[in-house]
Amino acid sequence: MQPKLTLLSDEIVARILEEAYELLRCPGVKVQNPEARELLASAGAIMYPDNNVVGIPAALVHKALESVPRDFYLYDYDGNPVVHYGGDSVHFDPGSSGIAILNPETLEHDTTETEHLLRLIKVAEQLPQYDAQSTAVICHDVPKDIQDSYRLYLALLYSKKPIVTGAFTNKTVQEMIDMLALFAGSPEAAREKPRAIFDVCPAPPLIWSNFGAGNLIALAKSGIPAEIVSVPLSGAAAPVTMLGTVTQHTAECFAGIVIHQLAQAGSPIVWGGAAAIFDMRKGATPMGAVETAMLDCSYAQVAKTLNMPTHTYLGATDSKLVDAQAGLESGISAMVGALSGINMISGSGMLDFLACHSAEKLVIDAEGIAMAKRMVKGVQQHTDTLATGFYDDKINFKGGDFLKQKITMKLFREEQHLPSSIIDRDSTRVWKEAGSLDAFGRAKLRVKELLASYTRPEIDPAQVERLNAFMLDLSQKAGLEELPRLEEYQTA
Amino acid sequence: MSEDIEKLYKDMAQSIIDGDSDISVELAQKAIAINMPPLDAITKGFVVGVNYIGDQFGLGEAFLPELVMAGEAMKAAVATLEPELLKLGEARETMGRVVLATVEGDIHEIGKTLVGTMLSASGFEVTDLGVDQPAEKIIGKALEINASIIGLSALLTTTMVRQRELIEELDKENLRPRIKVMVGGAPITRDWATKIKADGTSEDAVGAVKLAKELVGKA
Repeated sequence: MQPKLTLLSDEIVARILEEAYELLRCPGVKVQNPEARELLASAGAIMYPDNNVVGIPAALVHKALESVPRDFYLYDYDGNPVVHYGGDSVHFDPGSSGIAILNPETLEHDTTETEHLLRLIKVAEQLPQYDAQSTAVICHDVPKDIQDSYRLYLALLYSKKPIVTGAFTNKTVQEMIDMLALFAGSPEAAREKPRAIFDVCPAPPLIWSNFGAGNLIALAKSGIPAEIVSVPLSGAAAPVTMLGTVTQHTAECFAGIVIHQLAQAGSPIVWGGAAAIFDMRKGATPMGAVETAMLDCSYAQVAKTLNMPTHTYLGATDSKLVDAQAGLESGISAMVGALSGINMISGSGMLDFLACHSAEKLVIDAEGIAMAKRMVKGVQQHTDTLATGFYDDKINFKGGDFLKQKITMKLFREEQHLPSSIIDRDSTRVWKEAGSLDAFGRAKLRVKELLASYTRPEIDPAQVERLNAFMLDLSQKAGLEELPRLEEYQTA
Repeated sequence: MSEDIEKLYKDMAQSIIDGDSDISVELAQKAIAINMPPLDAITKGFVVGVNYIGDQFGLGEAFLPELVMAGEAMKAAVATLEPELLKLGEARETMGRVVLATVEGDIHEIGKTLVGTMLSASGFEVTDLGVDQPAEKIIGKALEINASIIGLSALLTTTMVRQRELIEELDKENLRPRIKVMVGGAPITRDWATKIKADGTSEDAVGAVKLAKELVGKA
């Protein structure tokens, strides 16, 4: 039995849906993309010409919910279905789009470049807790015009895992879709076994920008999965109450799904977000706040009543260092996300309101994720009798009796998560002999080990060549003659 | 033929690594049936498996149930071979005799039992007296069987002082360095072992075997 956390009664969920439909009618949704407005108009939405606001009737939502897939997979390089979007499956990936990385030696937040993204990809590649990679940080050593496509390019070259990504403009989303098609061999191949999913954000409150709606349409047409990342901020860009915020989130997701399904019915899309409260002292958006996790748990419950695949942003912290605050916020929120049965939980590795990444935090968070996944696995019955079968004639009434049972050897790995060296369970003596390190100190060592043991995936050289030529072309059009040198791809 | 023998050695080691007493006994019987020298079966076959699991445990790659099951499989194999060894009059070279006990007033013994299993598997003759044992009884047993090592366990800070008392008793009787003393248990530190003039302490069962071998000069 998979343990589940739910915070809302059925009655409240029904009222959230009801009021979300009302919000779509009045005040309506601001849709700033002309093609999206045309799609909505021809489907029978109410158009207000002065301010781009569109009233979306409930019938349009019902129709979109009929065609939207309830279930789909992301695939790894070898074509294995790895990430299951649907039901109560739980996966984690590192947070996306950081602009800085914690320097483990100076503790400064350094501006991110190619080497930093590669560092994060190499570490995440070897941690089984992360079922997908993310395009984790922006590489400031390439021009702005290619900063989104370049991240995807690096992830494709350095990882075999599925990739959670996103585009920064309507032009580049198409370039990235083309890149995936080129890598897969054809647009059909890219659609049939999607390798990547794109985060697409509405703007709170109730706005689908030109860029956001344009991305939705391009993705729908390509058949590459889209993930709505609705970001209501309780008390600032959304009602102060959690229920008000979740209702606005529902309306924003509904509007996105309608636009997406009007562009191409049957294309895969995920009910997701990075909801947060608005901190009334600092004016910040705390990702580690318990209320943030409660908002996510609540909107996931709404999604599940509609049988929609789910995503959220949890497992991150607002601390600037990999410290106790980072540990407790990331661990608690990852646990809430997992217990909410959310299909993809993004955010691990991230500090400072999702601005800063850390490879060291990534390895520590992997342990929190392992605990959360263990919790989700639940308490299982492995044996016909619960206990009596263990007390056979070999019992000597000694403490070590059960260590000598075959069944102990057979089952202990299933019953217990065996943590990595990040988790300290040494005696004081051994801990002192190992240098009296705290979790961050141990994480620094583990990152070094993982970087040393990393080998780049075996990728068909013809694919690499196609990808390189495509990326170089984009780069040169953006004014950069040569791409940063990639050590692992230099021929001897 | 020699390939078959090599394979048999490998299977013997693997049966220990798998912690499978049924198979290790079966292979020991097979060794007897084909007239393999029992000492070869132990040293070239089964011991290789014990050493492997011990190393893996030290690296954090193997876990306590695997260690214990390997020790049990080893004990079972050796017990099967022992009558043959006696018949041939070539007793396995013993690493030495060890008396193990948890000190008086203390009833914790998981760690001590593990140490006993691993010492036996490594060729020591182990007499485990169990828990709550007064010093005179432990010393008496050591003298009786001519043990070269006493292993003393204590889990409580209130009972660890008994380790010192036993060592003082041995010194008074001039029984050291003939009998070496290893101390162990959760609160036992290297400083404590030095302070009470023990011959050594170890963090875990694998380390205890290493220490015991050093103490008998067979490291």
